Amino acid sequence: MGFLDINNVTKSYGAVEVLHKVDIQVQEGEFLVLVGPSGCGKSTLLNMIAGLEGISSGEIAIKDRVVNNIAPAKRNIAMVFQSYALYPNMTVGKNITFGLEMQGTPKAERDKAMADVAQLLQIENLLDRKPGQLSGGQRQRVAMGRALVRDPDVFLFDEPLSNLDAKLRVDMRTEIKKLHQKLGTTIVYVTHDQIEAMTLSTRIAVMYDGYVQQLGTPKEIYDNPANLFVATFMGSPAMNVLSSKLVEMNGAIHAQITGAEGQDQHLRIENAPDAYRAYLNKEVMLGIRPEAITDPEGADRNARNIQMLTNTVSVTEPAGADTFVSTTLSGKDCIARMRADADVHPNQPFEFAVNMDKAVLFDPKTEDRIA
Amino acid sequence: MAIASNESAMRSSNVTRMFIYLVLLLFALFYLLPFGIMLVNSLKPLSEITEGNMIALPREWTIEPWLSAWSTAQIGVEPTGLRPYFINSIAMAVPAVAISTVLGALNGYVLTKWHFRGATWIFGLLLFSCFIPFQIVLIPMARILGILDIAGTTYGLILVHVVYGIGFSTLYFRNYYAAFPTELVRAAQIDGAGFFQIFWRIMLPSSGPIIAVCCIWQFTNIWNDFLFGASFASGGAAPMTVALNNLVNSSTGVREYNVHFAGAIMAAGPTLLVYIVAGRYFVRGLMAGSVKG
Repeated sequence: MGFLDINNVTKSYGAVEVLHKVDIQVQEGEFLVLVGPSGCGKSTLLNMIAGLEGISSGEIAIKDRVVNNIAPAKRNIAMVFQSYALYPNMTVGKNITFGLEMQGTPKAERDKAMADVAQLLQIENLLDRKPGQLSGGQRQRVAMGRALVRDPDVFLFDEPLSNLDAKLRVDMRTEIKKLHQKLGTTIVYVTHDQIEAMTLSTRIAVMYDGYVQQLGTPKEIYDNPANLFVATFMGSPAMNVLSSKLVEMNGAIHAQITGAEGQDQHLRIENAPDAYRAYLNKEVMLGIRPEAITDPEGADRNARNIQMLTNTVSVTEPAGADTFVSTTLSGKDCIARMRADADVHPNQPFEFAVNMDKAVLFDPKTEDRIA
Repeated sequence: MAIASNESAMRSSNVTRMFIYLVLLLFALFYLLPFGIMLVNSLKPLSEITEGNMIALPREWTIEPWLSAWSTAQIGVEPTGLRPYFINSIAMAVPAVAISTVLGALNGYVLTKWHFRGATWIFGLLLFSCFIPFQIVLIPMARILGILDIAGTTYGLILVHVVYGIGFSTLYFRNYYAAFPTELVRAAQIDGAGFFQIFWRIMLPSSGPIIAVCCIWQFTNIWNDFLFGASFASGGAAPMTVALNNLVNSSTGVREYNVHFAGAIMAAGPTLLVYIVAGRYFVRGLMAGSVKG
């Protein structure tokens, strides 16, 4: 039993099931991020935890108390909305203490709680202003203050950073992470931004089409994606997915792909799991992250199986810290992430170092991981 | 060169502007003419009107017709002036406007923020009530007022106008609240506010412009209503419009046109006042539903 239990929860609108048997246990102090593209059901799930949407079947329990039929206010949760949802007619101070007032907390206690939160978030000088007079970042802080002041069991965040500009978003992201480390609260956070998911979470649930595709730590999700959707959704630039054929050469399994000029290229796979044997001489999807394709000098020193591959470079994109190099493999654009000073030139052959330790295979039909 | 051409551009735009203002001024005068004539004639002795020159300014200014219209003129059979009927109208319009506005706001709030099965149907039916001709409901309404034993009273008129007003006030508030962020209601729910607390503390304080629109609209309609007033409130309970008619149409004695004019201005006064006081909210509120500021 976790701190927040989501047991076999489904959501249907009439005959249409939009959320299918979601099963997640969140431990106390965990930072769970629900990530996925629009319409995957992540916000619906969050609203169901909050009590703003009904639960069609299954149950949700907070601290071992089933909350299916408990009003939002009685669940001891707090929520930060995408639009911040600050009451426009009240001052910042009133906004923060409105929840406490509704619960009948005496004024002296409310003022004390407000002062503490205002100090924590550094918004003391804003307390007498109306939300309309605040900047985006300030509103964000006030919205968080309103959640914090109630000292809830679970914090729910619904895409709280998506209305901020790029720089502020990064700042606030760090701030949320600091706040979580400092207060050790349990957080469920919804976002469509996979970088937010990776940086903030202790665990990620990747959702698509109403299903939880994979639930795991950021590292598990990134290194061992359960299927092709998770592999390509997480990571930027996205994982390269090349159609290839598994062949056996000199007693070892190789992934056979075609180079830019149509020549066959072979990448040896070491310590291949037994499952690979079933796919010998068959089509598979080979997934390699951009940072696993480098110049030979920039290759990971700890990698055990680096395969060399000579191919023509099509485009180079220097991005300051890295240089992104495009090349055509198996008929598709394939991106390699290299050191900024790698000696690469367009339209010339180049020797790529492919870290096959990080390569993953997917079944082309089911799109599931082969392992 | 540039300066010169700039100047000529400014001069020509000034000429255009002058022309526009002139035309606008003419239109304004044209629209104000009837009111002007009413005002002028209400301040003349009757003899000056019967001489036939309605447009001329009074030779002898007098407020006698106003005093007469207010407190001594013959209304029907009683020489009471319009005063008691003016009070009747106020006693009818103010509660009717207040109640129908509050109910409309409540309806709009429920229809947009608390979705329930059949909400669209109910809204459709409420809308439909805006287009039902008054005459159709006269007899059923008379029956209802009779059953409730408030026929012929101001309370009866309040009920009639509230029932008729809900359609429009619901329409106004529903459209306004449709653009009102639902996340605010959600946030208040999580904060523990109940149905009415959300309404009073969150929704109503943000509804200033639409409340103004609704009040102006309802007040004008209710104050100016004649049919319901004439049908359901006879004698001492009659509203201003009916009393004005009785003043003007009384068949005994000379027709005191100056008194009639003064009475007509009195009857029109409150609606004018409402427009002047709250009018600037009117356009703003009408726009608020469609365009998000």
